[in-house]
Amino acid sequence: MIAAPEPRVLGPIVLSDFVRYSGASGDFNPNHFDDAHARASGFDSVFAQGMFTAGLLGSYAADCFGPEALRRLQVRFQAIVWPGDVLTCSATVGEAREQDGERRFDVALRVTRQTGEVAVEGTGTFALHPA
Amino acid sequence: VTRTEIPGLAGLEAEPFALVVETGKIREFARATRAEDATYFADDPVIPPTFLMAAAHWSQHELELLAKIPGEPRRRLHGEQEFVFPSGPPRAGTRLHARSRVESAWEREGRRGGSLRIYVLATEYRRDDDTLAAVARMTVVEVEHAP
Repeated sequence: MIAAPEPRVLGPIVLSDFVRYSGASGDFNPNHFDDAHARASGFDSVFAQGMFTAGLLGSYAADCFGPEALRRLQVRFQAIVWPGDVLTCSATVGEAREQDGERRFDVALRVTRQTGEVAVEGTGTFALHPA
Repeated sequence: VTRTEIPGLAGLEAEPFALVVETGKIREFARATRAEDATYFADDPVIPPTFLMAAAHWSQHELELLAKIPGEPRRRLHGEQEFVFPSGPPRAGTRLHARSRVESAWEREGRRGGSLRIYVLATEYRRDDDTLAAVARMTVVEVEHAP
């Protein structure tokens, strides 16, 4: 049985976090760094790329359970993340099982905003002691 | 809830493309997503879990595929994303041959009225020896009325 990891608190999230993710991912949708553009599109301000928030969750999970042990990650977008948000990544761990010739376990993952609202929810599968 | 398959979409394909996983790009992506594991900053790192999203933006293949589906792009939302790594995430230096296709397309009634169209786009990433390194699966939801 794997112990549940400590949650990771990130933030306050700022505009430069979105800009850095734009550069790293190649997602240059201006709604994520150009406030005038975001307002003209009907939003209150710039906001996070969904995959930025999902990326925080994925990297948190990899840090907890091993980058090389990852076998599957699935994420669902639930709420928008705004500048100033403080995000908490957390995970719960399920029982180990046999799959494709190795021991694996599933994890339930989520990113919550400071309001308690879930921004991204996900599941992951990791190998136990991968070769 | 009844799902109705939308005919003529499953199997649509985008142009194949290839990419080489680069160490510098891995580190940049690891920093941008606040990864801390030393693996990402040592020699021959594996990719962070959602790194292939970056490949999707560089190549635009999923957008190309979506453009082939009739409908209103402004009513489409990225609903879910999945990455599968049968033998773990690929390492820097790996050349990946990618091919995207519409895996499934169906319609159902939305909870708040109006219909929802759901498109699942799958991109397979294969190594030079044709073994499967990864599958990225993007679920796009199209609402009948603008959000």
